[in-house]
Amino acid sequence: MPDELLHLPAVERILARHQGTPGALLPILHAIQQDIGFVPDAAVAEIAHALNLSQAEVRGVITFYHDFHTTPPARHTLRLCRAESCQSRGAEALAAQLREQLALDDHGTSADGAISLRPVYCLGACACSPALELDGQVHARLTPERLRELVNGCREDAAC
Amino acid sequence: MLTVYVPCDSVARAVGADQVVDALQREALQRQLPLDVQRTSARGLYWLEPLVECDSVQGRVGFGPVTPQDVPSLFDALLGEAVGHALALGPVEAIPYLKTQQRLLFARAGITRPLSVEDYRAHGGFAGLEAAVAMKGDDVVASVLDSGLRGRGGAAFPAGIKWRTVRGATGGQKYVVCNADEGDSGTFADRMLMEGDPFLLIEGMIIAGLAVGADRGYIYVRSEYPDAIRTLNQAFVVAREAGYLGANVAGSGKAFELEVRVGAGAYICGEETALLESIEGKRGIVRAKPPLPALEGLFGLPTLVHNVLTLASVPIILAKGAAFYRDFGMGRSLGTMPFQLAGNIRHGGLVERAFGLTLRELVEGYGGGTASGRPLKAAQVGGPLGAWVPPSHFDTPLDYEAFAAMGAMLGHGGVVVADDTLNMASMARFALQFCAEESCGKCTPCRIGSTRGMEVVDRLIASQDITDRHDHALLLRDLCDTMQYGSLCAMGGMTAYPVASALKYFPADFGLTQTEAAQ
Repeated sequence: MPDELLHLPAVERILARHQGTPGALLPILHAIQQDIGFVPDAAVAEIAHALNLSQAEVRGVITFYHDFHTTPPARHTLRLCRAESCQSRGAEALAAQLREQLALDDHGTSADGAISLRPVYCLGACACSPALELDGQVHARLTPERLRELVNGCREDAAC
Repeated sequence: MLTVYVPCDSVARAVGADQVVDALQREALQRQLPLDVQRTSARGLYWLEPLVECDSVQGRVGFGPVTPQDVPSLFDALLGEAVGHALALGPVEAIPYLKTQQRLLFARAGITRPLSVEDYRAHGGFAGLEAAVAMKGDDVVASVLDSGLRGRGGAAFPAGIKWRTVRGATGGQKYVVCNADEGDSGTFADRMLMEGDPFLLIEGMIIAGLAVGADRGYIYVRSEYPDAIRTLNQAFVVAREAGYLGANVAGSGKAFELEVRVGAGAYICGEETALLESIEGKRGIVRAKPPLPALEGLFGLPTLVHNVLTLASVPIILAKGAAFYRDFGMGRSLGTMPFQLAGNIRHGGLVERAFGLTLRELVEGYGGGTASGRPLKAAQVGGPLGAWVPPSHFDTPLDYEAFAAMGAMLGHGGVVVADDTLNMASMARFALQFCAEESCGKCTPCRIGSTRGMEVVDRLIASQDITDRHDHALLLRDLCDTMQYGSLCAMGGMTAYPVASALKYFPADFGLTQTEAAQ
């Protein structure tokens, strides 16, 4: 993937910034993902070299944590909370609505790259369940209508 | 100048507090009225959010839940042009939900601005640190021991014993680590505290650092809490400028520095040894104990690991004395606990009370029953690894030992309420599925047991044959035993709680009769 090589200067900058940080791998991966949107495959060797780790160790960490992704994200990421508190307020029905509206499974990305679905287990909004997080913004006391509006907003935004 | 107070808490914002603030400012501009909007922490009365407060002769009076459409009429009420308002709540501190609480940790909740060190000091902040700086380290540790404080993360281990161990450990570099990986559904006290009163946690960590001889602390916050991460990082800057962090902490001549480490969506990292691995930059794999983290913790060095609420209790103990703190609570559960009411509940929010009130007082008294108005079926106490408690057991006092005696646990104090539409067999299956997804994979009972458990529940529910169902139920109970007693940490060990309790108290949801389940 030659395109990924374009990200290497950003990776180098981040690695330089974390020189001397004890246990720097997670902060580095977060910084790369924040900057580039995902952790490109080409970054793995660079990170491994900088931290004196094997590539397997770096890959092992990337795959262990749900937050890290190795492919570019959709324009919008919608994370519906599926934990007990939200389930007790109808989160499963909202998840079914999402699957139907977008014709995706719980971890899917729409074909036009507009929206990715991801389950999340607790956003700390349990006193106002059900809740979701859309592009970093939490929405609580969610209703089926509000969920439809938010999804439509993502799609319209992607169309223009 | 009209001053109004609106919370900047992430959940208040999730239900529209920012939009209300915009509407307030627009309306003020239109009326050409000078308006000062102060963004405070949240009271924890979440069913009333967005809650707008303003000063009056009776103290702060509140209105809620406010929508942007309510703002024009709210202004009329505030300016006295309209008597009363449909959303008027009167003096906020007289609301019974709040008035009857015993708030020590959350004494400033809803009152102060999170990043104002002046607000914090004006409401008793840093008094504990000042006391600690004037004391010998051994005396600080003795105070924590005497207070009876136990770890608030779930395990309820006496905090003072950990402090003594870390203080007594040999070696130069030591660490204080705060476990702020609050992943349990139904819990949000850590989030509220970090977003709303970050200096309290910082103060607790400084005291801990000075007492055990650590000059460096980490707060491991889950990535799902971006507001808490931002607030803490900003609070560090403020605290550093005010001389509370850095080379000479509060004039003690000792150094202390803090750093936030952000989790990455792994529930298991709430387990203390997995959390340490994660800070070290590794996969969150649980370590076998011993060695105890107090002796060989972060980077193999002596480390004091505590939950947010444990560390935040310390300034209160130092400022008011161990005896003051110990006077709250019952038996061996001393002090106060911020219980969190969530799920299908009318009045969801934070209730800080001394240990010993009953679950019924909490759920039916404070919570006001279900939000749906349907019959209450069960409450899950202590997060996804806690037992489902039926209403027949609601008179149990909220006390570590009383809950343990009935095969449940208080955990982090979260209570998720469910009405009769929630199927407990599917919740049992969910608990096992969650464990399968989040297990670190180190020990067999957790890694394999969770997946096999899901399959057994599926077969049990699908089976039409009575003997077959009975066999599956027996197998499930047996598997719960294996997981409970054979797992390396609480993840696998306590996944048995929601499963076994669902099977015990709600056999009908599994297609079993009471007698079948009892066999």
